[in-house]
Amino acid sequence: MEFSQITFGRTGRRRTARIPSALMLRYTLKRFVSLVLSLVVASMVIFTVIEIAPGDPASFMLGINAQPETLAALRAELGLEGSKTTRYLAWIGGMVTGDFGTSYTYRTPVLDMVGDRLWVSLPLASLALLLSTLIAFPAGIYAASRRGQAGDMGVMGATQLGVAVPNFWFAMMLVLVFAINLRWFSAGGFVGWDKGLLAGLHALTLPAIALALPQAAILARVMRSSLLDVLGEDFMRTARAKGLSERQALWRHGLRNALIPVLTIIGLQFSFLLAGSIIIEQVFYLPGLGRLIFQSISARDLIVVESVVMLLVFSVIMMNFLVDLAYAAVDPRLRART
Amino acid sequence: MNRNLITGAVLSGIFVAAALISFVWTPFDHSTLNIANKLKPPSGAHLLGTDHFGRDILSMIMVGARTSIAVAFVAVGIGMGVGVPLGLWAAARNGTWLDELIMRGNDLVFAFPSLVIAILITAIFGAGAVNAIIAIGIFNIPVFARITRGAALSLWQREFILAARVAGKSAARISGEHILPNVANLLIVQGTIQFSLGILAEAGLSYVGLGAQPPTPSWGRMLADAQTLVSIAPHMALVPGFAIIFTVLGLNLMGDGLRDLLDPRLRVARV
Amino acid sequence: MSLLDITNLSLSIHDYSVLHDVTLTVDAGEIVAITGESGSGKSMTALAAMQLLPKGSRTSGNIMLGERDLTRLSERALCDIRGNEIGMVFQEPMTALNPVQTIGQQVAETIRVHHPEITRAAAMARAAETLARVGLPSERFPLSRYPHELSGGQRQRVVIAMAIALQPRLLIADEPTTALDVTTQAQILALLKRLTQEDGMGLLMITHDLAVVADMADRIVVMRQGKVVEQGATHQLLRDMRHPYTKMLFAASGHLVNLPPAPPPRPLLKVENVSRAYRLPRSSLFGAPSSMTAVDDVSFTIQRGERLGLVGESGCGKSTLTRALLGLEQVQSGAITLDGEPVFSGDKPNLAVRRKMQVVFQDPFGSFNPRHRVERLITESFHLLPTPPRGAERQKMIDEALIAVGLKPSDARKYIHEFSGGQRQRIAIARALIIRPDLILFDEAVSALDVSVRAQILDLLAELCAAYDLTYLFISHDLSVVRTVTDRVLVMKSGKIVEEGPTAQVFENPQHPYTRKLIAAAPVLPDTSKVPV
Repeated sequence: MEFSQITFGRTGRRRTARIPSALMLRYTLKRFVSLVLSLVVASMVIFTVIEIAPGDPASFMLGINAQPETLAALRAELGLEGSKTTRYLAWIGGMVTGDFGTSYTYRTPVLDMVGDRLWVSLPLASLALLLSTLIAFPAGIYAASRRGQAGDMGVMGATQLGVAVPNFWFAMMLVLVFAINLRWFSAGGFVGWDKGLLAGLHALTLPAIALALPQAAILARVMRSSLLDVLGEDFMRTARAKGLSERQALWRHGLRNALIPVLTIIGLQFSFLLAGSIIIEQVFYLPGLGRLIFQSISARDLIVVESVVMLLVFSVIMMNFLVDLAYAAVDPRLRART
Repeated sequence: MNRNLITGAVLSGIFVAAALISFVWTPFDHSTLNIANKLKPPSGAHLLGTDHFGRDILSMIMVGARTSIAVAFVAVGIGMGVGVPLGLWAAARNGTWLDELIMRGNDLVFAFPSLVIAILITAIFGAGAVNAIIAIGIFNIPVFARITRGAALSLWQREFILAARVAGKSAARISGEHILPNVANLLIVQGTIQFSLGILAEAGLSYVGLGAQPPTPSWGRMLADAQTLVSIAPHMALVPGFAIIFTVLGLNLMGDGLRDLLDPRLRVARV
Repeated sequence: MSLLDITNLSLSIHDYSVLHDVTLTVDAGEIVAITGESGSGKSMTALAAMQLLPKGSRTSGNIMLGERDLTRLSERALCDIRGNEIGMVFQEPMTALNPVQTIGQQVAETIRVHHPEITRAAAMARAAETLARVGLPSERFPLSRYPHELSGGQRQRVVIAMAIALQPRLLIADEPTTALDVTTQAQILALLKRLTQEDGMGLLMITHDLAVVADMADRIVVMRQGKVVEQGATHQLLRDMRHPYTKMLFAASGHLVNLPPAPPPRPLLKVENVSRAYRLPRSSLFGAPSSMTAVDDVSFTIQRGERLGLVGESGCGKSTLTRALLGLEQVQSGAITLDGEPVFSGDKPNLAVRRKMQVVFQDPFGSFNPRHRVERLITESFHLLPTPPRGAERQKMIDEALIAVGLKPSDARKYIHEFSGGQRQRIAIARALIIRPDLILFDEAVSALDVSVRAQILDLLAELCAAYDLTYLFISHDLSVVRTVTDRVLVMKSGKIVEEGPTAQVFENPQHPYTRKLIAAAPVLPDTSKVPV
C-alpha cells in the first residue's frame, strides 16, 4: 500500500493503488445526487399534475348533498387542507417515512394496498427481465457469431417478428393455447404467495413469458449489433494476433465491451416491463399495481394514483441508478471521466 | 434492390391504403350493430368475420387503422418537432449548463413510461385518443433529442463544421445548414421505428381503456373486446392482432431497409 | 533458409485484386521494411503473413514460416503460431488495447493462451517482466493500470509487450509509430531494434515513412499497387534505385520547394501574452478541480508575406493556439490582433478580421460537408463578406479559385466524394483562397497525404504565395515539411514557445534542449541528392 501511493513521473500525479475505489466512490456519489434530484423533480411533476386534476375528492366521496361541515372534516382528514407547499412536503415526508396517506375510497392506508400488490408486480417484472435476458443473450451472441449465415438470419427473422408482437395480444394467445386448450396453466388470477413459491411462480409463468418475449427480441437485436460493432474494433484483431481463436476473442474481449450499450437497453426495458406488466395484469386478472391503478382512476382515488405512479417512477429512476453503477463496474474509463 | 425496404413498404402500405380507403368506403358500416349476425367466423359475406355485436371486423380494422396511424404519426411528429431542436440546441451548447439541463430533463421524461404519462393525463382530462397522442408524443421527445444530440455532437467535431465556424456562421445557422441535413437519415430511420412503437403503444393504451373511446374503433379496443371471447371466437383476437403485427413488422422492415439505403458508409462501399 | 519466406503471394478480396505475386523473405535477426504509398498493399501483406485477412479473401502462393506453409495450416494450428511464433504490433495504440482490461491481464493473456499450464500468478509475474523489458517497470506502471491511464507511446509499449511476451521468432509491426510523436517514435523504434537484437527475432516492418525505413531496415521492399517494384539491402537499394517509382518516392519525400524571398518585416498578426487554461476533472473525491494551461503566455508576430512554421508534439497547445487565432475560442488573457484589430471584439469573433484569415485543415475527408457541391463548399466564406458576390461575379470567383489550385471550373458542380485526397486538399485551399485573405493557416494540412501528393501540394503552396501575396502560418508536427516550406519557425512545448528563429538557423543550430531533442529524434532521409530524377 505504502509503495503504490508514492507519486511517480509523468503518469504519476495520482495515487495509483487507490484510484479505482476513490473514483468509484466519487462516481457513485455523483450518480446518487442526480438520483435524488431526479426523484425530487419527478415527485413535483406528479404532485402538480394530480393537483390540477379536476374534482374535489371529498365532495366526490360524499356526493352532492354533503353538509359543508362534514365536507370540511373529511377534507382535513384526507390532508387536503393547507397550502400547496405544505401538502407537497407532507406527501413527500409521508412517502419517505412509509406513510403513503389514506385511500379516499377504501379508507385504508395506501401503503397496505400498495404493499400487497407490489408483491405481484415486482416479481412479475423481475421474472420477465430475467427471462428476457436469459433468452436474448445467447440468441444475440449466437447470431453475431454466425453473422450472415443461416443461424443469424433465423434469429434475426424471429426477433423482427418478436418486436412486432404486442405483448398483451401474445398473452391472450398464450392463454388460448396453454390455459384454455392444453390446461397447463390457469387462465388468470393469482393464488398468493402463501400457497407456496412454486404455486406463485406457476401463476406468473405465462404473464412473465408474454412480457419477456417481445423485450427479449429487442434485447437480442441490441446484443447482436453491439457485439458486431465490437468485433470490428482494433483490439479484437490484437486479441487474434495473440493467438486467441475467434470464439475465445469473442468471449474474453468482445462480450464485456459489448455489454455497455446492452446495459442501457436493459435499464430502459425495465421501465417498459413495468408499464407492460400493468397491461399484462389486465389480461391475466392479476391483483397487481396495474389493477390497483385502473380501479383508482375510475374511482377517482387520486391519492392512490399519485402514490402508485410515484412508486413506478421511483423504480425506474432507481433502476437507472443501478445501471449507471453497472456501467462503471464494466467500464473503467467511465469512473475516470466524471 | 432492397428486399427489406420493399417488403416493409408493401406491408405498411396496405394498412395506410386501408385507412385512406375507409374514409370513402368500407364493406359495411363499422358501427352498425347486428346482434343476430354476431361472432360469425370469416366468410364470403364478412371476409374477416363479425364481432360480438355483429359488426363487420374488416370494416372496423380499416377504420381502426386510421386511429392507429394517426395517433402514431402525430406522436412521432411531436417527438421530432420538439426533440430534434432540443437535441441540436444541446449539441451546439455542449458542455454548458443548458446542455446539462436539456439532457437531465430528457432523463427525467425517460423515467415516465408512456403508460404512466397516459395515466397521469387521464387522471386530469379523462381518457381519449388525444391523450394517447400526447402521452406517446411526450415519450418520443427524449428519444429524438438524445439521438439528435449524439449524432450532432460527433458532427460538431468534424472539420467541415470548423470551416463553417471560420466562415463566421452562427451555431443556429450551422445547425440548420450542416448538422440537420447530415442527421436527417438517422432521424428518418428512427422515425419509422418510433412510428411502429407508437402503433404498439396506442394499441396497448386502447386495450386498457386509456386510448380511443367508443364508438371510435381501434385495434387495441377490439382486442380488449375479444379477450373474454377468445375461446369461442378466436378470429376476433387474431385479426386485430395480425393487423398490428403486420403494420409494425412492415414499418420495422422499412426502417432497416432505409438504414441500409441511407447509411453513407454503406453507400461508399457500393460506389 | 529464411525465417519467413513469402513466394508469389497473390490476394483478392471479394474478387478485388489486392496483391500480385509478392515475394519476400525475412531472416532471423533481420529487419525488413515494406514501404509504399496508400493502396500499395503493404498492410495486407502483413495481415497475410499473420493469416488474419478479412472475410472473403482468397490467396494463392506460399507463406513459409520455417518448414510450414501458413496458407495451408488449419485455423487451430494458426492460433498456436500467432502470439507464440509470430507477434504483431498495430498502428493505432489508442484502440489496439481492450479498454476494460488491465494491461497486466492483457499481456498475461498471451502467455496463458499458449501455456494454460502456467498459473495465473506466474503469468502475471512474466507479464511484469515483459512490461519491464519494454520500458514499463511495474514500480511505475502497475499491472493494474487500464489502457486509458497511459499515453499513446506507453500503450504502444504494452502492445509490443503482448507481441513479444513469448519471444516469438518473427515480429510484424504495421506502421508502429505513425500515430506517435517524433520523440516517442524514436523511442519505440529504438525499442524495436533492441528487442530484435536481444531475441534474434526477425522484424517485418510496414511503414510509409522512408526516413524511418532508411534508419531502421536491413532490407527494403518497395511496393506499389499490390506489387513489389524493387527490393534489396538498404544501402544498396538507396544507392542504386533502379525502379523509377522508388526514385520518385524518395525524391518526393525529400522534396524541397522554391519559396519566393520574404519581403521586409511588416507585422500582420500579433499575439501578445496569450493564455488559455482548461478545467480538469477533480482528481480526488473532494479535491478542488485542477486546471491545465494549454497555452501559457505566448507572444509572437507574423510578418506580412512570410511563411511561419509552428512545430510541436501533440498536447503542446498548438491546436488550442490555432483555434484562438481563428477566433473560434476566446483566450483568458492577452490579445490577438490582425492589422491592429482584435480577432475577438467583446465576446464575439470579429468578422472584419476573419475575412483576412482563412484555414486549411488536415483531414481531406472530414473537412467538407458531403451533401454540398464544390461551388457551395468553397463559397462558404462569402458569408464573411459584407456584400457577397452574386451571379456572374460569383461564378468568376469560383472559376478563378479552382483554376488557381489546379482544378477545372467544371469541378464546381461535383460532390466531394468524387475527388481524391490530394484533390480535396486543393479544394480546401480554394475555399481558403476565394475571398483573398492575407493570412492562411495550414493546420497539419499535408500530414494525411501520400508523399507524392504532398510534394505537389507543397509546390502549389509555393506558387500561390508568390502569385497572391499571401502570408502562411504552417502548423505541423512534421519537421521535414516545416523545414522546406517556411522562412521562420516557432517551437512550442507545454504551452510555451521555447524557441524562435529563421528556419535554417533553428534546424542547423538549435538552441533550446527541447528543439535539439526534437530534431535529433526526427528520422532523416539519406542524402539522395545525387540521385538523378
